[in-house]
Amino acid sequence: MIKIHNLHATVDGKAILNGLDLEVADGEVHAIMGPNGSGKSTLAQVLAGRETFEVTEGSVDWDGTDLLALPAEERARAGLFLAFQYPVEIPGVSNAYFLKAAVNAIRRHRGLPEYDAMDFLARVKTEMKAVDMKEEFLYRSVNEGFSGGEKKRNEVLQMALLEPKLAVLDETDSGLDIDALKVVAEGVNRLRSPERSMIVITHYQRLLDYIVPDKVHVLSQGRIVRSGGRELALELEEHGYGWIETQPAAPAAQGGRP
Amino acid sequence: MSALDLWRERHRALAPQLPGAGLPWLARLRARALERFADEGWPTSRQEDWRHTSLAFLEQSELVAANAGDAAAAVERLRAASPDGHWLVFVGDRFAPALSAIGALPAGVTLMPLADALATEADTVEAAFGRAEDGDSPQALNAAFFTDGALLRLTRGVALEAPVHLVFLPGGEAHGRHLRNLIVADAGAAATVVEHYLPGADGSTLTTAITRIEAGPDARIDHLKLQEEAEGAIHLAGIEARQARGARFASHSLSFGAKLARNDIRTRFDGEGCEALLNGLYHVDGRRHVDHHTLIEHASPRGTSHEFYRGLLDGAGRGVFRGRIIVAQDAQRSDAMQRCDNLLLSRQAEADARPELEIYADDVKCAHGATVGQLDEDSLFYLRARGLDEPHARQLLTYAFAAEALARIGLEPLRARARSALLARLPGGELLEALA
Amino acid sequence: MSTATRPIDAFLEQEYTAGFVTEMESDTVPKGLSEDIIRMISARKNEPEFMLEWRLAAYRRWLTMRPPTWAHLRFDPIDFQDIVYYSAPKSKKDGPQSLDEVDPELLRTFDKLGVPLHERARLAGVAVDAVFDSVSVATTFKKELGEHGIIFCAFSEAVHNHPELVRKYLGTVVPPGDNYYAALNSAVFSDGSFVFVPKGVKCPMELSTYFRINARDTGQFERTLIIAEEGASVSYLEGCTAPMRDENQLHAAVVELIALDDAKIKYSTVQNWYPGDKDGIGGIYNFVTKRGDCRGARSHISWTQVETGSAITWKYPSVILRGDDSVGDFHSVALSNHRQQADTGTKMIHMGRNTKSTILSKGISAGRGSNTFRGLVKVTPRAEGARNYTQCDSLLIGDRCAAHTFPTIEVRHPSARVEHEATTSRIGEDQLFYAMQRGISAEDAVSMIVNGFCREVFKELPMEFAVEAQKLLGVSLEGSVG
Repeated sequence: MIKIHNLHATVDGKAILNGLDLEVADGEVHAIMGPNGSGKSTLAQVLAGRETFEVTEGSVDWDGTDLLALPAEERARAGLFLAFQYPVEIPGVSNAYFLKAAVNAIRRHRGLPEYDAMDFLARVKTEMKAVDMKEEFLYRSVNEGFSGGEKKRNEVLQMALLEPKLAVLDETDSGLDIDALKVVAEGVNRLRSPERSMIVITHYQRLLDYIVPDKVHVLSQGRIVRSGGRELALELEEHGYGWIETQPAAPAAQGGRP
Repeated sequence: MSALDLWRERHRALAPQLPGAGLPWLARLRARALERFADEGWPTSRQEDWRHTSLAFLEQSELVAANAGDAAAAVERLRAASPDGHWLVFVGDRFAPALSAIGALPAGVTLMPLADALATEADTVEAAFGRAEDGDSPQALNAAFFTDGALLRLTRGVALEAPVHLVFLPGGEAHGRHLRNLIVADAGAAATVVEHYLPGADGSTLTTAITRIEAGPDARIDHLKLQEEAEGAIHLAGIEARQARGARFASHSLSFGAKLARNDIRTRFDGEGCEALLNGLYHVDGRRHVDHHTLIEHASPRGTSHEFYRGLLDGAGRGVFRGRIIVAQDAQRSDAMQRCDNLLLSRQAEADARPELEIYADDVKCAHGATVGQLDEDSLFYLRARGLDEPHARQLLTYAFAAEALARIGLEPLRARARSALLARLPGGELLEALA
Repeated sequence: MSTATRPIDAFLEQEYTAGFVTEMESDTVPKGLSEDIIRMISARKNEPEFMLEWRLAAYRRWLTMRPPTWAHLRFDPIDFQDIVYYSAPKSKKDGPQSLDEVDPELLRTFDKLGVPLHERARLAGVAVDAVFDSVSVATTFKKELGEHGIIFCAFSEAVHNHPELVRKYLGTVVPPGDNYYAALNSAVFSDGSFVFVPKGVKCPMELSTYFRINARDTGQFERTLIIAEEGASVSYLEGCTAPMRDENQLHAAVVELIALDDAKIKYSTVQNWYPGDKDGIGGIYNFVTKRGDCRGARSHISWTQVETGSAITWKYPSVILRGDDSVGDFHSVALSNHRQQADTGTKMIHMGRNTKSTILSKGISAGRGSNTFRGLVKVTPRAEGARNYTQCDSLLIGDRCAAHTFPTIEVRHPSARVEHEATTSRIGEDQLFYAMQRGISAEDAVSMIVNGFCREVFKELPMEFAVEAQKLLGVSLEGSVG
């Protein structure tokens, strides 16, 4: 269970998050929607521990741990995974080496035995099949020269390998055609489980046709201004984000599935 | 008497008649420049910057005055193809009013021969002229002996729509011609300037040509130089730009003529967010020699420079390119890209390339590349498989290689002018004209 | 950029571990350089007359020369009269000696440096020549190599035992007047390694020389000559270290490689001379001339270097591609940290037909370090079908370092294809964050990126050296999966 309370964050002195509240229970999938510049990506980066952003107020409690006190790599080892909107290229470092280093860092942290080369290869090849990635991608440099779709698949592959407790997907649908979107969504759905929660950040409701959320929140000017069930996404699709601003601010909807 | 003494002698004789002779600052500058030239002499291959292009032979050579031929017809041909613009024509070392047509100028634009400007705009000229110490010794010779050129001055926010055409024909000059052009654009001003060096009817000459450009904040200067001098000509030129914050400068240097042509092109980013494009194309054949030395100084943050040079080297011709990019300390977020590609078209052609990066900042994106090679065999085969005979296929691919440089020239009439100048040099050019 | 600097600083602040001094009595000539000193050195080594004459001619030549100033290096002029040109551990007797005669203190020194010389602990499959200040103290596996007809010994030993080979090849690749430092070396060189691999023999083990500067105020001037006859092949490696001192010490070596028809020489260097402290006090001035001559058809010379040490590095291992179809390679990693300055690169001179060369240079600049790549690719008028590919990358760490790239291409034959590519990048904060978000520590992420940057060059090193090179750069070996 992650509880975000009154979160304020700035970058270069400019306020981006302005008192954001959000709770995601274990096993739930929450979608966060909002127009460009509403703070969606900032929320993802702040949760993952990027130091470019300064948290000026508020708290994030994650199963009793103060998430904000941990450096980025410890959050990752504790089970927080961010699927990047723009996965970073690391020339010269092979994908296989990178994945193995990451998986073993996390396994070490969890007190599990580290994979040797053979076990790791067997495991990674299985997961690659599931996201329809060719084996050659293992031996290419991390994300270098990957197409947009290949980068996103690589993110989902990493998520599968790292088995996070909380996954934050930052616009994983952007730049994908419909077929690639389906593959990525299937990959995500396969990982849904009662122990794992997910925050799915998206601009368009299209992704939510494939990853059906338990709740939908609308972010505007660094705060959640509306919460609801799946139907909220459809309403947004129909009326556009302008519609939110004209609606009286409703209290964040509590409760269950639509 | 040594050649250097000869220049001293000439200067003594000429000084009272040189334009601006009554201006003390200019007289002092000319005297200092002459001394500097006499001290340093012509550059030789012992100097790093002249390693591939020695001018030592100029010690011995006699200067022969050229003959302009039918200058009026030549100018008319150019004007027919580019009807717009403000035309200043120079024959030999002087402005030729009868051939020129400056036309109507918007308010805030000064455009006139430099010799006249020394009388009416002396302060502007002094501020923009440069110093006796600038550049290598040929530039000092130019400062000592210059007779004319153009002054273009744009006040704040003025955009000159039509290009300024500076046309230079040789003819009658006794000691070579020494030309200087000054372009000063205040904040937000914009202009396109063409310098076109045409061959005369016969004879060949020594030309030194210095163009100085000051681009104020957010100003835009597009400069295109087309050098088509006669077979025997010696052409020594410098283009020196300074860019203030946000200024944009484009230089297109097309060097097709002369026995020996040397261009020193440099710009410096004095404020944040400047942009520069240095585009070049050169062609040599026979025993001709062309040398481009460029320098881009990223002296301020967030500057972008793109540089592309292409060379076509035929006969026993030699092409030299040295491009330096300096990114100063604290010039963060600089983005510099440089390419120099050379095509060797004959057994005796020679190419030298030195792309250089000097980087003192860390948050930068810099890359350079240089190649020397031949036409791609696969492409040749492909064209032949489609029925083109081999010579034609070669001509076509050679033109295609050069066309990339032409494509970067923004204004169509100028691009067309550059294209016909190139095609006139390439074998099978008439055939290709149809394709272009 | 706090995320970026923290791990990078840790990465860059590693200690120089080879900086100890061995207490030794030594036989040292007086400071300074003169014909007398040269005669003294030659006499100490009991050299034949031709060597002394050769040295004196080089010295006279040197007197007429000036130090080169074209390199991108800043340092006070070197006082050549303030240097000791010969210093040898006292225990060294005249002529070759067996290992059990070597001073145990010396054996302990090389042990400590990870180069065990005694029988039991020898590096498997690697023959070592150990050079301490001005002399070679021991050479291992000589007998085993001798069975194959391979000569691997100290240079001074070769002068005595194989004078005909020395006379035939010495100075034929780097003539004594080649450059200022080569002339100096030719006048005063004291020892170094000599390798001769006869016709058709593939050297069964790696050969290596370990250079150690120990004595104060002493320069090291070694000379290495490697000859591979027709069809022979050899892989040679060298390593070097020196104590930490506040004074600069001069190292001016010459290496000559000669490959006849179908021969192959692979020469690898891990250079870890003392770099000086973080304020630029002390450190070795490393002025080295290395050149290979692909004299025969289809011969192949390959230089690989990992340059992490020295206050100043001035070094351009080059290949003359004289034989038809000959091949030259240059692979380099050069790290300049703190106040280190490196001006290094290569020359590939294409002369034969269908010659090929590859240049791969990776420069890392950190702190206030300055790293310059200087290269020349020359295709002469008869070098039909010459090919060169050059890739030259710079990695910048910190905003006060400098990286320069000065390649020169000179083509005199129309069939040549020469390509040069260069890039400059830095370790991005976004790259570090991405790796950390996957649970990888920032330090490991920096190592991983630096290692990835250098990978293509490390691949070229023999295994034992690849490990040392990566340790030097503070990076862990990339997994076999990669």
